[in-house]
Amino acid sequence: MPADTEVPPVVQMRGITIRFPGVLALDHVDLTLRPGEVHSLMGENGAGKSTLIKALTGVYPVDGGTITVTGTDRTFASTADAQAAGISTVYQEVNLCPNLSVGENVMLGHEPRRRGVIDWRATHTEAARHLEALHLDIDTRSPLSRHSIAVQQLVAISRAMVLDSKVLILDEPTSSLDRDEVDQLFGVVRDLRDRGVAILFVSHFLDQVYEISDRITVLRNGALVGEHAVADLPRDALVTKMIGRELHDLESLSRTAHRAVDRSGEPLLSARGIGRRGVLEPADLDVYPGEVVGLAGLLGSGRTELVRLLYGADRADVGHVSVRGERARMTSPRHAIDRRMAFSSEDRRGEGIVADLTVAENIVLGIQAQRGWARPIRRSERDAVVAEYIQALGVRPANPDAIVGNLSGGNQQKVLLARWLATAPELLVLDEPTRGIDVGAKADIQHKVSELSAQGLSVIFISSELEEVLRLAQRIAVLRDRRKIGELDSGQVDLDGLVDYLANAGKGSAA
Amino acid sequence: MSTTTTPEVRTRRSAPSYQGFIARHAATTPTYAAVLILLVLLAGAETFLPGNFLSPGNLSALLLDNAYLLVLAVGMTFVILTAGIDLSVGSVMAFTGVLGAQLLAQGTPAVVAVPAMLLAGGAIGLLIGVLVQYFHVQPFIASLGGLFLARGLAFVVSLQSIKVEEPTVLWLQQTRIRLDGWYITPTGIIALLAVAFAALVLHLTRFGRTVYAIGGNEGSARLMGLAVARTKVTAYVISGLCGGLAGLLLTAYSGAGYPRNGIGTELDAIAAVVIGGTLLTGGRGYVLGSLVGVLVFGTIKTIISFMGAEQSWMQIIIGGLLLLFIVVQRAIVARSERQR
Repeated sequence: MPADTEVPPVVQMRGITIRFPGVLALDHVDLTLRPGEVHSLMGENGAGKSTLIKALTGVYPVDGGTITVTGTDRTFASTADAQAAGISTVYQEVNLCPNLSVGENVMLGHEPRRRGVIDWRATHTEAARHLEALHLDIDTRSPLSRHSIAVQQLVAISRAMVLDSKVLILDEPTSSLDRDEVDQLFGVVRDLRDRGVAILFVSHFLDQVYEISDRITVLRNGALVGEHAVADLPRDALVTKMIGRELHDLESLSRTAHRAVDRSGEPLLSARGIGRRGVLEPADLDVYPGEVVGLAGLLGSGRTELVRLLYGADRADVGHVSVRGERARMTSPRHAIDRRMAFSSEDRRGEGIVADLTVAENIVLGIQAQRGWARPIRRSERDAVVAEYIQALGVRPANPDAIVGNLSGGNQQKVLLARWLATAPELLVLDEPTRGIDVGAKADIQHKVSELSAQGLSVIFISSELEEVLRLAQRIAVLRDRRKIGELDSGQVDLDGLVDYLANAGKGSAA
Repeated sequence: MSTTTTPEVRTRRSAPSYQGFIARHAATTPTYAAVLILLVLLAGAETFLPGNFLSPGNLSALLLDNAYLLVLAVGMTFVILTAGIDLSVGSVMAFTGVLGAQLLAQGTPAVVAVPAMLLAGGAIGLLIGVLVQYFHVQPFIASLGGLFLARGLAFVVSLQSIKVEEPTVLWLQQTRIRLDGWYITPTGIIALLAVAFAALVLHLTRFGRTVYAIGGNEGSARLMGLAVARTKVTAYVISGLCGGLAGLLLTAYSGAGYPRNGIGTELDAIAAVVIGGTLLTGGRGYVLGSLVGVLVFGTIKTIISFMGAEQSWMQIIIGGLLLLFIVVQRAIVARSERQR
C-alpha cells in the first residue's frame, strides 16, 4: 500500500477559512493530498466537506488560508484555474452536457484542431483512447444522455484524464450506483492511484471508504478533527469523531419504537382500493392514531406513488380515502392539509425547501399557509415558534436568519420537518427524510419521529434503508412492482425476514 | 491491496430499433420535420394554387424577400442555443438601417457607413450580453431594454424615411446573377454566406461547441472550465452584428431607411428559429434548420399573397405551426429525459 509519508504532497491546504452569510462554513481547516493515495474526506452533513472541495476547485473564494499545489502557492478564481493547475472534480450529479456526444464531453475545450477548425475524427479517436484507458468501450458518437449515471461518471473521469490531472476529486460518486458499478468505478480509481494520481474521495458509505482509502481526514462543524491512516482508525472511532457523540442514541431507539399501538378504535386514515392506472394497483392502507407505518420496497416499487395518492398530490382514479371514518375528497394537497395531514417530499430541493429564504421563513411557511394571507403571524410569535423548533430538532447553524440554501442536506431536512410540525398535523408523511444525510442528523430525525408518535402523532415513514423502517415502524406495508404485497408486524420480523418477504412473498417458491 | 481487473463496461450499443433510432436522432428530428413541412407546403401550393407556384422566379424571390429575416434568424440561433433570447433585433435592424441611410445621405462613403451600421448593431448586442452575463438580468428583460433603446435611437436619427441613392448599396439589391429563370442578388449571397459561416463556427470551433455546452447545462459548462462568460456575451454580440447586417440588407431591399421598420420582426425571427428545430431551452438545434424555418415562413407568406387572402391568416398559420412545434419539442425533451 502506498502510504509512504516521504512522498512530497501535491496539494497542501493550510488554515482554510470560508464564511457565508450567517455561517462560518470552514474554520482553519488543513488538508494534504499525496500522489498515489486515495484520501477520504469524512464528516456529517454540514461538516464542510463540500465547501472544502469547492475551495480547492475554485468555485468558492477562500476568506483565509493558503492552497499550495506542487510547492507553489495558488489562488483559484475559477474552476478553469484549478483545472489548469491539475485539479479535476467528478460530482455526484455528473456535471457534463447531456445534449452532446460522449466523445465531445470527454474532449470539450481540448479538441484537436487542424487549420483552426476542430478535427472531429481526431477528437473521437482521442476520446476513445482515453475511455479505453479506463476500460470503457462505448461509441463516442452516442449522446451522453443515453448512458447510465455510472457510465457518465466514468466519462467524467476520462475527461479529467484528458486534462492530465494530478488530483482527482470524487464527490459522492457512488450514491446512485449499484454494487457492480461501484466495483467498476473502484477498479478505475485503483488504476489511477497506481499511476500516481492523488484521489480525494467523499462518500457516506463507510464500507466503501474503508475499501478504497489509504488515509482519512475528518471534519466536524466546519473544523478539522484530524487526519489518520486508515489502519489506525477503526470504524467506531471514525463515527465517534464524525458525530462527536456516542452511537448509543441510535441503539436506544429499537426499544422505544416497539411499543404496542391500540388498533381497536377507528383508524385515523383509511384508504380502500386506492390506485391509479399505470402508477399503482389498488391498495388498502390503515393508519391508527399514534402509529408509525413504514412503507418498504425498492425504488420505483410504488411507495412514493401511494403516499402521493393518499395526500392528493396526484389524483387517484379508483378507491377512496376516509379520515376518522368520514369519506374525504383528496384531489389536492389543500384537502389533505385541511384534514391535518402533512407531506414531506423525497425531492427536498424541488418540492421542499425554498432555498433562497431563511430558516425562519421556511419554517413559518406552513403555518402561514394554514392561517391564510389575511392573518399574518406576529413577529414575536414567529420568533418563538422558530426558536422552539431550531432547538427541538437541533438545526445547525442555530441561526434563524441563515439562508436555507447554504445549509447541509440534513439540516435542510430538519427545517422541512419543523415546517410541517409547526402546523400541528395529526398525520405526518415522510418520504425518504433521511436519504443522503449523516448519522447524527439521521438519529435526530428518527428520535423526533418516535418521540412524536409516542405522543399520538401518526406517521407514514418511507425509507430505502430497511433497518431504519424496522427500527421506527410498528407496522410495515411492503410494496413491489407498483403493488402492495402485504403487511408485516415489525416486532415479528427481522431484517432478513423483511428482505426475503420483499423479494419473494406471493411468488410461490422462489428459486 | 491486490490489483483488480476492471470488468468491461456493459453498454447499450445502439440497438437497431425504432426507439433507438428516434433517441439517437432526437436532436435532428425537429429539423427534418421542418424540411418535411416545407416540402409539403411547396407541393401543396403547386398542386392547389392556380398558375405555376414552383417557378424559378418565385423560388428565387423567396430568398430575396427574406434575406434580412434569414440574417436575423442566424444571429438569433446563437442566442437561443445558449438558452437565451434576443428581442432587440427588429429594432436594431431599424436603427442601423436608418443610421446608415442618414450617413449615406450626408455623403459619408459606403466603406465607412456600412461598418458603422455593423458596429452599432454589435454594440447594442454587447450591452445586452454584458447585462445578461455580469448583471444577471434575464435575457428577456435585458433584450427588451435593447429593443426600446434601439427603437428610440432610430427615431433620434430621423422621424422620416430617408431615401438611399448610394450606388454601392443599391447594387446589392439590383444586381441579378441569372441562370435560366433563377437569379440571386448580392443580398441573397450575403445571407447565405452568413448561414454557411455560422454553421461552420457552430460545428467546427471551440467557441461554437461551447455555445452548445452552455445550452446543455450552463453550470456543467462552467465546471468543465469552459469560457462561459465570454461565449455568452459573444453570442449576443453576434446577434447584434446580424441585426446591423440585416439593417443593411433591408435598406438595400427597400431603398430607404425607415425608423418604423421591423416592428415585431424579432418575433418572426424567433418563430423561424423554433420552427427550424432549435429548442428554446438551448443546446439543441442547427443554423441550417433556421434557414429552413425562414423558408417555411416565407413560403407561407407567399402562398397567402398568392391566394389573395387576408394577411391575418399568415399570423394564424404561423401561430399554429409554432404551437405544434413547441409541443413536438416538449415531447422530444421529455423522451430524452426519460432515457436517463
